[in-house]
Amino acid sequence: MSAVLAVLRRELRSFFVTPLAYVFLVIFLVLAGILTFYTGDFYERGQADLQPFFVIHPWLYLILVPAVTMRMWAEEAKSGTLELLLTLPVTLWQAMLGKFFAAWLFIGLALALTFPLWLTVNYLGSPDNGVIVAGYIGSWLMAGSFVAIGACLSALTRSQVVAFVLTATVCVLLILVGQPQVVDFFSGALPRRLVNALAYLSMLRHFEAIARGVLDLRDLAYFLLSAAGWLTTGVLLLELKRVR
Amino acid sequence: MIETDQLTRRYGQLTAVDGLSIRAEPGQVLGLLGPNGAGKSTAMRMIAGFLAPTSGTARVCGHDVQREPLAARRALGYLPEGAPSYGEMTVREFLRFIIGVRRLDAERGRHRFDEVVGWLQLESVLEASIDTLSKGLRRRVGLAQAILHDPPVLMLDEPTDGLDPNQKHAVRKLIDAMARQRTILVSTHLLEEVHALCNRVVIIAHGKLLADATPAELEARSRYHGAVSFSAPGSALAQEMLGRLPNVAAIEVDALDGRVTVFPRPGTRILEDVEQLLREQGLEVSEIQLERGRLDEVFRRITTTGEAAEAGA
Repeated sequence: MSAVLAVLRRELRSFFVTPLAYVFLVIFLVLAGILTFYTGDFYERGQADLQPFFVIHPWLYLILVPAVTMRMWAEEAKSGTLELLLTLPVTLWQAMLGKFFAAWLFIGLALALTFPLWLTVNYLGSPDNGVIVAGYIGSWLMAGSFVAIGACLSALTRSQVVAFVLTATVCVLLILVGQPQVVDFFSGALPRRLVNALAYLSMLRHFEAIARGVLDLRDLAYFLLSAAGWLTTGVLLLELKRVR
Repeated sequence: MIETDQLTRRYGQLTAVDGLSIRAEPGQVLGLLGPNGAGKSTAMRMIAGFLAPTSGTARVCGHDVQREPLAARRALGYLPEGAPSYGEMTVREFLRFIIGVRRLDAERGRHRFDEVVGWLQLESVLEASIDTLSKGLRRRVGLAQAILHDPPVLMLDEPTDGLDPNQKHAVRKLIDAMARQRTILVSTHLLEEVHALCNRVVIIAHGKLLADATPAELEARSRYHGAVSFSAPGSALAQEMLGRLPNVAAIEVDALDGRVTVFPRPGTRILEDVEQLLREQGLEVSEIQLERGRLDEVFRRITTTGEAAEAGA
């Protein structure tokens, strides 16, 4: 376990020695604020809640998570430190989990720093804070799925740009797959069951309920299982690189 | 101890390491010698567990690198080619990270940290980020990383590559000092290094083992082994007489500086005969030398013609 911690600490530290962490945090907070107030009808709705804030999270993560995860394995492969890391007494899983949790905690920090919005709604009215907490938890879990996708795809390549593009593409597909337009488009061509199954994979579908404050066990399981699945795939990819 | 048995690695059609069986014992500095692209790094990467062998096995201190990877890696200190390290970290952070991953307990970690830092003279750069260090210093950081946990087996991939002569000397001295109780495997393509460092040499080319011998044994396989060379102006007549000596096989004269090299027949000694003849001729010999054999010539012959090794360990 302490090998995971050592990798985690190193990763976190490496975020903060480069300007990346600060640039990320600032952009995340600015975007979250702007989008909430301008596109989310924060005031016009006349309700004291954070729903307009939470619904934009999938789109925020879509751009910012790949930026955090792209260097995770790609940079190590490129600079040769991968050889150093993987010849230390750590298993691939320990290394993967250390890196994953570092990025996930970092996103969690960004999320936590949006607390002024929470203060604002509490100042303006009396929102249901239980719903807001549920929204934060759900959002962080969704971020975990995104980070796991990025962790997996970063292991695929030595180019950070390729890792970014791949991750963003997969994420956008997973967000959109449950949208009515997409479902309608496929419902003509594919069997109904398959369309439903595809729609069930959609991030948005699982997140929408959470954003409204409903923490359904199935939605939580979806995010946790998809994170586990992507991380497993990432470890298998790394193992494949060793053998091939 | 490092043992490999028929270690093989293929990349598609290309066989990078081909049935390599080597063995390095404690107290031994085994040099892995070969031209660039011979498969030295690939072999080391398999022993270190970074690459999986296509077939064959490797063991570090008795631990199979495939079946007990963590035990094997704990026993091993490894400096990969080019000494990669996390450039954005300071030397102190980097070494602390290694201590953390290797799970040295707090007190031993501190003790080893101080010991290794002192030994490699890294005190003055502890707070500098590794990116800003010179090549020689970065190599020392890489070495520090490899020996922090005081491993019984050390594997160094071209540890002096790209260093200036002073830095090379310093690194060699360090390796020499570490050699006493450890098993050390050093890869290199520098022949001078073999003399300076190794007490045994394995030569590979195209992934195949071509020779496994001591440096002296290799030298003995040179055609220069036991040859006598001298510089003496106006020695044309003497050369003719030398050619008639019973044990002399051939005579060569360097076209540039006129230095004469007299080759013996295999297994004979000609120094005294040559000296006597030169004295009798009353030649003014400015310098005379008995050659031990030239490693570069042996190396070239073995690796380019693929001459099979008849000399065992």
